[in-house]
Amino acid sequence: MAKIDIHVNILRYRPESDEKPRWQEFAISVDDESTVLDVLNEIHWQHDGTLAYRRSCRSSICGSCAMKVNGRNVLACETPIHRFGRKLKIEPLSGFQIIKDLVVDLDPFFEKLQRIKPYLILDKSLPDKEFVQTPAQLEQIGESTLCILCAACSAACPSSWPNSEYLGPAALLKAYRFVFDSRDDGADQRLEIVNDKNGVWRCHTIFNCMEACPKKIKITEYLSRLKLKVVENSL
Amino acid sequence: MKIEEARRYHKIDAVIVGAGLAGLRAALEVAKSGLSAAVITKVYPTRSHSGGAQGGIAAALANVSEDSLEAHMFDTIKGSDYLADQDIIERFVNEALKTVYEFEHMGVPFSRTEDGRINQRPFGGHSAPRACFAQDITGHVLLHTLYEQCLQHNVLFFNEFQVLSLLLRDDVCRGLVAWDIRAGGLHIFQTRAVLLATGGYGRAWKVTSNAHANTGDGVALVLEAGLPLEDMEFVQFHPTGLYKHGILLSEAARGEGAYIVNDRNERFMKTYAAAKMELAPRDVVSRAEQTEINEGRGIHGQDYVYLDLRHLGREKILSRLPQIYDLALNYLKVDAIQEPVPIQPTAHYSMGGIPANVRTEVIKDAAGQVVKGLYTAGEASCLSLHGANRLGTNSLQDAATFGRIAGIHMTEFCRKNAFSDLPVKPLETAQGKIDRLWSGGKERHAPIREILQENMTRAMGVFRNQDDMLKMLAVIKELQERYQQVGVDDHGQAFNLDLVEALELENLLSFSEVIVEGALARKESRGAHFRSDFPKRNDGDWLRHTLAWRRGGKIVLDFSKAVVIYPQYQPQERKY
Repeated sequence: MAKIDIHVNILRYRPESDEKPRWQEFAISVDDESTVLDVLNEIHWQHDGTLAYRRSCRSSICGSCAMKVNGRNVLACETPIHRFGRKLKIEPLSGFQIIKDLVVDLDPFFEKLQRIKPYLILDKSLPDKEFVQTPAQLEQIGESTLCILCAACSAACPSSWPNSEYLGPAALLKAYRFVFDSRDDGADQRLEIVNDKNGVWRCHTIFNCMEACPKKIKITEYLSRLKLKVVENSL
Repeated sequence: MKIEEARRYHKIDAVIVGAGLAGLRAALEVAKSGLSAAVITKVYPTRSHSGGAQGGIAAALANVSEDSLEAHMFDTIKGSDYLADQDIIERFVNEALKTVYEFEHMGVPFSRTEDGRINQRPFGGHSAPRACFAQDITGHVLLHTLYEQCLQHNVLFFNEFQVLSLLLRDDVCRGLVAWDIRAGGLHIFQTRAVLLATGGYGRAWKVTSNAHANTGDGVALVLEAGLPLEDMEFVQFHPTGLYKHGILLSEAARGEGAYIVNDRNERFMKTYAAAKMELAPRDVVSRAEQTEINEGRGIHGQDYVYLDLRHLGREKILSRLPQIYDLALNYLKVDAIQEPVPIQPTAHYSMGGIPANVRTEVIKDAAGQVVKGLYTAGEASCLSLHGANRLGTNSLQDAATFGRIAGIHMTEFCRKNAFSDLPVKPLETAQGKIDRLWSGGKERHAPIREILQENMTRAMGVFRNQDDMLKMLAVIKELQERYQQVGVDDHGQAFNLDLVEALELENLLSFSEVIVEGALARKESRGAHFRSDFPKRNDGDWLRHTLAWRRGGKIVLDFSKAVVIYPQYQPQERKY
């Protein structure tokens, strides 16, 4: 581990005093093995206590610290700075209202999740033990359950930016996760919800969500399978 | 203006602090009964640290081999080094199966056996494969599923709120006051019942698997309210923390067959636990690791050893342990299929916490008298289910099962009891904390926290002794003095992280003193608490729980006997 000098540009916004966001540069010295989160902590703890950002688990599972670094949406905690050389440009996720600095308002994101009924809907009665679900049936939804709701996908989606009503990749992926769960009986209800111009059909297979996903979930592919299901279901 | 007319006043039957597994499970239970239930959480609910749990949730389903409730009970007792209360463990194992089936019926995507039942894997200290798992993201899928259930049942969420004081008078909890992190401002919550499910206190250490949020806020609130804490000296060090980062690499790796080796490429656990090897309980494995490191057999003589997965093969690593693979690759640039992964013990789980009975009611003395309307569950609580050392996969089960039990008893309590009057000046304590930081002096929270964490890792780690701990106590006293002069740079209302961190630091400094006092008093070695100067367990004097109060600026201790019910579960030598 060695110290290196880096330049970090951060898009700052304080609602009490700023009319619009502004860039601020910090020249600091950090360990070369630092992550982007280490850099933010260093700035916040040693240089400028007023910097605001979200973070919690430090191990890429809580989804708090998604932000844009040198143009790419990443989780700050798992992203080493050596990927970017000595200049970092850090911004909040696009497409959301900024609350302060790197903190955006994710309420609309979570509200969309709620719209697709993100829970098992059952007509059948409950077994005494578990429902039988084979490994092959589980395989259908396995990868989609990795989603940590970090919103990196929605923030990268050109279809989401101009249209705040679009359900967006994360909520649609969640719809996929339940529609394709062998235990669920609610597919009809959910497919009706996503069969809308602001549902699956607003997805233009741009693949940005997939590239942005820190969990490498093949979101676009699952959304395409969801579209197919909508069509099959309406025939 | 009357308090009730204030814009930031809320009257809600049950308020749950914390949105991890325990909090959400309790909230769901209350909300299903038709009462109003609100969850107050520092982070969006899906960010809670239950999501960091990887390996599994314990229940003797016997899906892949024979198992029994009795075996689960005995393993947990022995794992606790006999300090856990056996009435609590009995309730726990009796409810465990129901908890897992209930999760499955909610839609949790458990990994499956070939014939479609919930798959189970071995875990340290468990005598049968008992860990029901979803790859190595078990906590994550349980947390998300519970959150979704809460949305379905109209649980209210106050996301990004920090609780600053409990409104307690005459041994009745009447509500609480919380700071709205996002917008700024204090809110008053008047309630019939409050649940503290605020999680563990591992952020007092520098090397820790814990999230930034795990600052033991509920634990500190209880201490501040004049109530006791229990067994705070018992903190589990997880043997497989990722080197330098401290973040968790699940015990599931060893459950699937991974080795731990020293600089001579020896599986050194053969010296410490010849029968169970790497699957001995965590306290045993962490001590073994630290001994190897202290005696110069760390890798290249340094402060780490290796977790070796290579013999498991690519397919098993990627299908069963994908998160572990990614973590090693992203954080250390180590490809676990090709190379061993550097690891070290890391502060992980808080066995101690807020004392409560089997109904999750918070108790205020060694006689077990309860505080009306105040409940606790999950890692924040000390029932005591885990005693001196918790077994892996018992924590998710604990949080969910006692979360549900808390919800049941809170519902019952709310139906029988009216709202109690609030204290005359409900905002006083909380406002005082904020005003002091805004008008504070030259000290800053970051350097104080850093000194605390470094010293806790040094003095309060796997091995402890009186000299180090006395020095630690002096450090804490000095830092508490310095804290009185802490001011914050940020005077804004919106998302003031500076303010939140300064508030959290007060909590860290407060309960850390209790940890050290308890560890100094306990002149024996039991479970995760190992004293080099008192290396033996001493059941004659110390088969007892520590209760600690803050009174007149000092920590006062009292002790209560551990509950030993069954003759066949009397304390015996603990070997693996």
